[in-house]
Amino acid sequence: MTETIENTRTRGHSEEPLLSVRDLTVTFTRQGEKPFVAVDGVSFDVRPGQTVGLVGESGCGKSVTSLAIMGLLPQRGVRVEGEVLYGGTNLLTQSKEQMRDRRGRDLGMIFQDPLSSLNPVVPIGVQVTEVLERHKGLSRKAATPLAREMLDKVGIPDPNRRLKDYPHQLSGGMRQRALIAMALACAPKVLIADEPTTALDVTIQAQILALLKELVEDSGTALVMITHDLGVVAGLVDRINVLYAGRIVERGDRHPLFAQPRHPYTHGLLSSIPRLDGERGTKLTPIPGSVSDNLPWANACAFAPRCSQPIDVCVEKTPEFVEDGPRALRCHNPVEVSR
Amino acid sequence: MSNPLNPDNLDPRNKKQRIDELAAGSGGTATLTVDDAGHIEESTGVSLIASAWRRLRRNPVFLLGAGITLLFVLLAIFAPLIAPHDPTKGLLLDKVRPQSNPVPGPEAGFPLGADTSGRDVLSRLIVGSRQTLIVGVFATLFGLAGGMSLGVLAGAFSGWVDSLVMRIVDVMLSIPSLLLAVSIAALASRPSQWTVIIAIATVQVPIFARLLRGSMLAQRSSDHVLAARALGVKRSAIVFRHMLPNSLGPVIVQATLVIAGAIIDAAALSFLGLGNPDDRQPEWGQMLGKAQNNIFDNPALAIWPALCIIVVALGFTLMGESLREALDPKSRR
Repeated sequence: MTETIENTRTRGHSEEPLLSVRDLTVTFTRQGEKPFVAVDGVSFDVRPGQTVGLVGESGCGKSVTSLAIMGLLPQRGVRVEGEVLYGGTNLLTQSKEQMRDRRGRDLGMIFQDPLSSLNPVVPIGVQVTEVLERHKGLSRKAATPLAREMLDKVGIPDPNRRLKDYPHQLSGGMRQRALIAMALACAPKVLIADEPTTALDVTIQAQILALLKELVEDSGTALVMITHDLGVVAGLVDRINVLYAGRIVERGDRHPLFAQPRHPYTHGLLSSIPRLDGERGTKLTPIPGSVSDNLPWANACAFAPRCSQPIDVCVEKTPEFVEDGPRALRCHNPVEVSR
Repeated sequence: MSNPLNPDNLDPRNKKQRIDELAAGSGGTATLTVDDAGHIEESTGVSLIASAWRRLRRNPVFLLGAGITLLFVLLAIFAPLIAPHDPTKGLLLDKVRPQSNPVPGPEAGFPLGADTSGRDVLSRLIVGSRQTLIVGVFATLFGLAGGMSLGVLAGAFSGWVDSLVMRIVDVMLSIPSLLLAVSIAALASRPSQWTVIIAIATVQVPIFARLLRGSMLAQRSSDHVLAARALGVKRSAIVFRHMLPNSLGPVIVQATLVIAGAIIDAAALSFLGLGNPDDRQPEWGQMLGKAQNNIFDNPALAIWPALCIIVVALGFTLMGESLREALDPKSRR
């Protein structure tokens, strides 16, 4: 399955994509077991300063996509196909050492659980300087002022004192800020945030999202935002890719996609968000069932068993990914535009 | 010949299982700082060790164990000053009658009496604590060093290195530890305390190797190691800065527990005549071995060194167990 590069980005971003994922397919193979396709021909572009969201429920391949881009999937038992182009270089063919040099310098990543993602026995300051020492060849002494600056930049109060603190002495929000400081210490051009706010409480979520937005806008970093929560990305992303069972099922700019979701899955996701302005007592509308991993896209639409409006062809033919300007859709029977 | 105080000498399967259980508990080393929230200690630089220490200070079991251990360590350090007599001189030799009174009983200045050579038992016990502690501590240190090297090797490299190291370790573990120690000590042409140390250290190597490897593996798949890899941190730094320090908790705990076992094993080897044969350098196991000739005439001669061994081993065990509890996230709160 191939997709042509969509070409309608404006908002003053440069036209050339910084990170371009082409037909990425990740297959987990295990001896004596059926290979499992976790990511199936996913393609998307990210331009400098742009924020692209990958949205989907658990098990749809979001995190595997991000790990594949970073080259962090295990060597054995995993087959990665397709291309991940970073400034024209295919990251998937780079050597282990080359990727190690790029990680932290060109590509940064933020993880879901800030506490478990920090080394518990090393002070925050050392963990930030470690990256600077590694990629900029600085001594720890020379890197410390930079680390302090980074902590200040991500909004950690009293950075001088915090440099010496251990992760367990920081609050959840501060830990996530520290992780962001580590990921951005060497100013990577691409930042992948894998559910950066899931482990935080709601007020902190908003702060972290605002911080990410600010950092991305200031530095022109391309941000790939991975989340299961459309509410989280609503105020942050420029473009959204909705994943289902390893494939992108709908893509669009933020406003049109939120205003008029075409794919029944996207529609379902949006209707399952609780609304403050809804009538009291109205029940939430869940999407029934869960992702099935039993040959989801073979001669059928993987979403068909859970779809609110399946038609006969949905269980006979795999829907194609049809592009229409910035919008793209993989559905036989899309939701009507006029709702 | 196996040691009643050390039941897992007997069954190697049981031993492996216990080591693996200890290692599995170590996955929590990463999380154990979680619940001990920072709000108690908002001040700077309070580490994991400091917070464990605060809990230990209030633990009577730890205080008892540490007290016993400290007492014997001080005794060993200042032994020549504390010992009332020269432990090598047969001061009561004129009271030894091979037929009627082979072992002179207690008398003024000699509270525990003398042995068959007329030497003061109390002085010999006090000076003997040196040998015992030296053997226990050094054997554990060497065992720790060897076991940690193998464990890091196996934990850092997966694949064939890991398999090879672990198969060697399995073979070593499959031999009952005291039997292995006896065999190694018997290889030496001139037994001395160093052959005992080497023999006991060798026995401990696989225990530490397996333990460290297990907790390194748990670290390898942890989030913070993934995060460090995502920052492009070099492999050596990942192993030595991110994996190893977080895996050490159970190993350190095991080391304190193993000292007790090492002391008992060392005494056993000396008892069997595989230790230092020179009885001018007193050692508890050796004293125990000599005492069995007169065990019916004067059991006290055997009881005192045995009691010393038991109490010292108990001290280290209590200390190690409470240390394990303090560092174990599961036994928290």
